[in-house]
Amino acid sequence: MDIDSLNPEQIIADMAAALRTLLASQEIADPLMVGIYTGGAWVAQRLHRQLGLENPLGTLDISFYRDDFTRVGMNPQVKPSLLPVSIEDRHVILVDDILNTGRTIRAALNELFDYGRPASILLAVLVDRGGRELPIQADVVGARTRLAAGEHIKLHGPLPLRLSRVGVAR
Amino acid sequence: MDKRNIQLDDNGQLRHFLTIEGLKRQLLVDILDAAESFTSVTEQTVKKVPLLRGKTIVNLFFESSTRTRTTFELAAKRLSADVLNININASATTKGETLLDTQRNLEAMQCDMFVVRHAVSGAAHFIARHAAPHVSVINAGDGSHAHPTQAMLDMFTIRHHKGEFHKLRVAIVGDILHSRVARSQIHALSTLGVEEIRVIGPKTLIPVEAHTLGVHVHHDLRTGLRDIDVIITLRLQHERMSGAFLPSEHEYFQLYGLTEARLELAKPDAIIMHPGPINRGVEIESAVADGPRSVILNQVAHGTAVRMAIMAKAMQRLPNLSARELH
Repeated sequence: MDIDSLNPEQIIADMAAALRTLLASQEIADPLMVGIYTGGAWVAQRLHRQLGLENPLGTLDISFYRDDFTRVGMNPQVKPSLLPVSIEDRHVILVDDILNTGRTIRAALNELFDYGRPASILLAVLVDRGGRELPIQADVVGARTRLAAGEHIKLHGPLPLRLSRVGVAR
Repeated sequence: MDKRNIQLDDNGQLRHFLTIEGLKRQLLVDILDAAESFTSVTEQTVKKVPLLRGKTIVNLFFESSTRTRTTFELAAKRLSADVLNININASATTKGETLLDTQRNLEAMQCDMFVVRHAVSGAAHFIARHAAPHVSVINAGDGSHAHPTQAMLDMFTIRHHKGEFHKLRVAIVGDILHSRVARSQIHALSTLGVEEIRVIGPKTLIPVEAHTLGVHVHHDLRTGLRDIDVIITLRLQHERMSGAFLPSEHEYFQLYGLTEARLELAKPDAIIMHPGPINRGVEIESAVADGPRSVILNQVAHGTAVRMAIMAKAMQRLPNLSARELH
């Protein structure tokens, strides 16, 4: 698949439709949407608007929960995580841009539970690029692709959103 | 003397935090930025992040301190580290051998970080020089030499209330001579590039070489406070009275005590800081300490986040790229 030709806005519109169906089938009325900083937050912003959710959008910076902190170091500017309403007993939709190893999602789940005990968590991702190292799957996937080891996809934004394939960083 | 900065590893990353001297501005800004991030942790239901899970941090206090030790302990616990608090009577350990033995024993117990307070200047450096490769050392105050984490939380407080450093005039009032806090503050303020640093106090309590640190010396509080943005009052330590540095606490207050009336010459939006514990009626009157311009309790609140940032930064071990490429 030619990643550069993918239209993120179109994919997000499809994701919104899929999410609407999923929420209806699970009878979830007032979910809290949480985007993972930064790319996931951009996607979540659009999904949140298109679904017309009542609860304000939450954002999560998972830097403090990464399992590779001692190897890659600390992100110099970690944005404060913002959960505008209590997640206690609430249905949460977690949103990220690229699903790869699953480690980011693992970290996000850990962080969410430090804010309380949600009723359920759904995962929506813009692109699933494979390469999982943990047993984590998304409930809603915008696009799927397979990449060679060392290759990555990057979401550029916030306006306009654009996907690109990047080679080995180093 | 060793030309390499003992505080940095081969990649130029922070390993020990012993003094502000010799650290680059960007590193200090990074610490302040990281501390900003850590303030959000205290807003969580679970006030804890797993960054230092499985690490053991020893608070090695050869000199008593409640506030500093407590904030270090809180910072370590909020990073999920395990904490050992060890208070050692300083009189029993004035010899280097004993200090080294204490250290060797704790290292044998697989501790990862020492937070050291000691009445002798250079104690934390000594421990850092002899530390095992995986161990980091944080100076929590050594003699009259340095108290870098206090200085950093003061810088955090200043930035929080005043924004950018380069336009600020900062006055430090009191016993500069014996103050490790003042020394670290002066290094931090000049590294961060403030417009002007003034030190204000009686001749007996200002080091003769003060001007070499790039500060302006004032002996008159009123002229010293003119157009000042930030006033840092230091604690007047009672033990100084015995050394003929000052006639009396009462006289000190008459000349250098911070009162509402004397604040008139400072900028109207000037903030008042104090590293604590405060002596009401000696270096500061209650009306000022509890007044609207006082940020003394904010300093305490920021202490934990700033110490979390410094501990986390010192504990990260980035792979040594050059060494890896050689193999």
